[in-house]
Amino acid sequence: MNEFMRRMLFLPDQASTFALDVDHLHYFVISVTMVASLAVGLTAIAFFWKYRRRRENQATPFISPTAGFEVLAISVPLAFFLLWFAMGFRDFVKLSSPPPDAMDVYVMGKQWMWKFAYPEGPNSLGVLHVPANRPVRMLITSRDVIHSVFIPAFRVKMDALPGRYTEVWFTATKTGRFQILCTEYCGAQHSKMWGEVVVMTPEAFDDWLKEQQRGLVTRQDLLADETQVTPQGSLAQWGKQVAVAQGCLRCHNVDTTAPSTGPSWVDLYQQRTKLTDGREIIADEAYLTESMMEPTVKVVAGYQPVMPNYQGKLSGPDAAAIVEFIKSLRSDRTVPVTAGEEQ
Amino acid sequence: MTAPITTAAVPPAGAVFPKKHYLNDGTTIRSWLLTHDHKRIAILYLVAVIIALFLGGVFAMVIRLELLTPGPTIIEALTYNRMFTLHGLVMIFMFMIPVIPAVFGNFFLPIMLGAKDVAFPKWNLTSWYVYIFGSALMLWGLITGGADTGWTFYTPYSTTTTTNIAPVMLGVFIIGFSSILTGLNFIVTIHTLRAPGVTWFKMPLFIWAVYATSIIQVLATPVLGLTTLLVAAEHTFGFGFFDPARGGDPILFQHLFWFYSHPAVYIMVLPSMGVISEVICAVARKNIFGYKMIAMSSLGIAFVGFFAWGHHLFTSGQSAFDAGAFAAISMLVGVFTAIKVFNWVGTLYKGAIAFTAPFAYVCGFLFFLVFGGMTGVALATVSLDVHWQDTYFVVAHFHFIMVGAVIMGFLAALHYWFPKMFGRKYPENWALLAAGLIVLGFNATFIPQFLLGNAGMPRRYYEYPERFTALNVASTAGASLLAFGFVIIAIYLAIALRYGEVAGRNPWGSRGYEWDVPSPPPTENFDKVPVFTRGPHEYHDIPEDLAKVGHAS
Repeated sequence: MNEFMRRMLFLPDQASTFALDVDHLHYFVISVTMVASLAVGLTAIAFFWKYRRRRENQATPFISPTAGFEVLAISVPLAFFLLWFAMGFRDFVKLSSPPPDAMDVYVMGKQWMWKFAYPEGPNSLGVLHVPANRPVRMLITSRDVIHSVFIPAFRVKMDALPGRYTEVWFTATKTGRFQILCTEYCGAQHSKMWGEVVVMTPEAFDDWLKEQQRGLVTRQDLLADETQVTPQGSLAQWGKQVAVAQGCLRCHNVDTTAPSTGPSWVDLYQQRTKLTDGREIIADEAYLTESMMEPTVKVVAGYQPVMPNYQGKLSGPDAAAIVEFIKSLRSDRTVPVTAGEEQ
Repeated sequence: MTAPITTAAVPPAGAVFPKKHYLNDGTTIRSWLLTHDHKRIAILYLVAVIIALFLGGVFAMVIRLELLTPGPTIIEALTYNRMFTLHGLVMIFMFMIPVIPAVFGNFFLPIMLGAKDVAFPKWNLTSWYVYIFGSALMLWGLITGGADTGWTFYTPYSTTTTTNIAPVMLGVFIIGFSSILTGLNFIVTIHTLRAPGVTWFKMPLFIWAVYATSIIQVLATPVLGLTTLLVAAEHTFGFGFFDPARGGDPILFQHLFWFYSHPAVYIMVLPSMGVISEVICAVARKNIFGYKMIAMSSLGIAFVGFFAWGHHLFTSGQSAFDAGAFAAISMLVGVFTAIKVFNWVGTLYKGAIAFTAPFAYVCGFLFFLVFGGMTGVALATVSLDVHWQDTYFVVAHFHFIMVGAVIMGFLAALHYWFPKMFGRKYPENWALLAAGLIVLGFNATFIPQFLLGNAGMPRRYYEYPERFTALNVASTAGASLLAFGFVIIAIYLAIALRYGEVAGRNPWGSRGYEWDVPSPPPTENFDKVPVFTRGPHEYHDIPEDLAKVGHAS
């Protein structure tokens, strides 16, 4: 039945854990839509047949709806719509709540290509490798205009916004290659801004990742556009370099949790933080990025709004690298970052 | 009993064309261009929107031809991007927003209320000039500046594109004023110029629909004006309203834009719904089922429509809570629309239906509105939208509503009121043939696009993966059928203008107030203030000779 409906509706492969949920709701909604529109159409035709005009100037009885009809006309569609809303919203909440153990991939759109970077180091243009049956979270940004990552086979889509991070996650269930399309109009080559997800078995993926880390240095030489390549092994290492170069560490401690001019970065990630205006937030990727781009919007309680604005000074990948660096700073384990030490 | 069921009521033998009417009251070009007569202004608008429909249609055909093959077919990528920008802007701002209120609203609103004209006749003419000037500026900007942003102007693409968009934004800004002027004029007219007997709940339902539309026009259009100015200023002078590199926010644009552009959908579709309420009563010779339900649901749609804009931003990174709130509110629009649909179908019950071209368009309208509307509800179902957002499914959905419903309303209105506006009848058989072609053509064009969206084809794609070819070919074939239908209509209506059978005062045997005046109406509409003793949609108590009912001519 599922396969029949999927083919009738021209839906792509169902290659993620969301696909089946979304498609089942899709079948439900579209079937009711078709039945309802046909029912209205057929009723109109039946009425025409039964009540066609018999003579000129024919008078007709004055009929108005009963209260029962009015209640029915409102409550039946409302019941269906609310049911769909409840089901759709439940799935949407799932889609926008990545599990904590999800593997992270940074996705950056630029006119007109996709770049993917893993915290462990490797990165690639156009092709995203992910393991099957493991949750993968995409942290998405753009270097220029708005793009949108769309993987039809996974039924996921999320806009890539300049100066912000958005996130979406999936668990691929089938190995194979699936197309990525850009779905936010972005200029002349919009219709060619394609990429590919390669879903591998978890073992094959781990092997691939090791292979990539080994080959990083040679791969750098092969790529002409150096801005596309992480200069150092891992994103966190690169992030440290960027942080040093941008002077972040003059005000933020990275070896102790003690406050300096600004809050310490140690243990900052996922920390519950109180702001000057009394709100409480969780220091996630979105917050950390926002604090670089618009530092005075959400100032941590006890600090002055003195941090300069890094909007335009930090590229998307640089900001992502700093976020990764912050995430690597945990007081409960030794800081793994050693490369690129300058201070 | 043996009367043929496929023809309209025959006018009384020897119906004569009135000697003096609004069309021959002054024949110079000057008498048209400086007229204050709401009926002549309606005709000025009609000419303009038909030109816009033709232009928009040509652009649409270029788009469909380009999409016949997966690779480049007839034009380059940049030209293609300009084509869909032209198509969207011309169809929305020059055709769909003014088409029913400014043409049929202008023509019939005063007559239906028993007034000699709208409240501010000079404003009315001004609004036409503002519309023409804004449209000309927009078109000039599009053609010479080559804007390639799509009609949605999403920032930061629109603020950084190398094409020149400032004249286009200013053009849209100016057209907005025409929309506001018309809306304000109608609101004041409805409040102040109702003839004795026309109480609020004895107003024809078309008036209710135009009233709801006018409220949206007056309240929402200023936001569009503001937004277009901000984009133009950012593009031209480099302000940073929407540029994240300078502390701006590209999503702010989307909120402002959709705050207007979502209600704008109802600016386009509500008047069409009003037309259907009028036409369905006349073709079924039946009182409207649930008058108050239909009237109030128009206001309901106008109100709720203001709070649904966020459903365009489900994948823009807005919070899950916001997405849920906007989704739930969007469902209410569906409920109000469903109320109307049930009441229209109920109107046919125990009626006396004649299968004429207007009825064919009513049937087409019902199908497109229910299918298009329910796919809208499907799109508002948040998790489903994630897959469909910005794909051809969305394109097909809004074309079902806008092309399907709005054009059905326009064609129903044009055929139903043609005898009243021009005093002559159109050829019914040709009209039925064209209606059949058009309904078929719409389905053949857009049903494949729903499937393309399901398959994952994004919108605004110049080239597409090969697997989408078959459905694209089907869609282009359907569009050709559609275009053919329009050509037939253009030909027979042009001929009927001059050689059509004289219609007489009330060829449909309609009880609508506008059929009491001669066809075409005299410049003053009425010799003396009319008094209405019946409701506008009542067919249970019909005088012996309906054709004789009317005001002095």
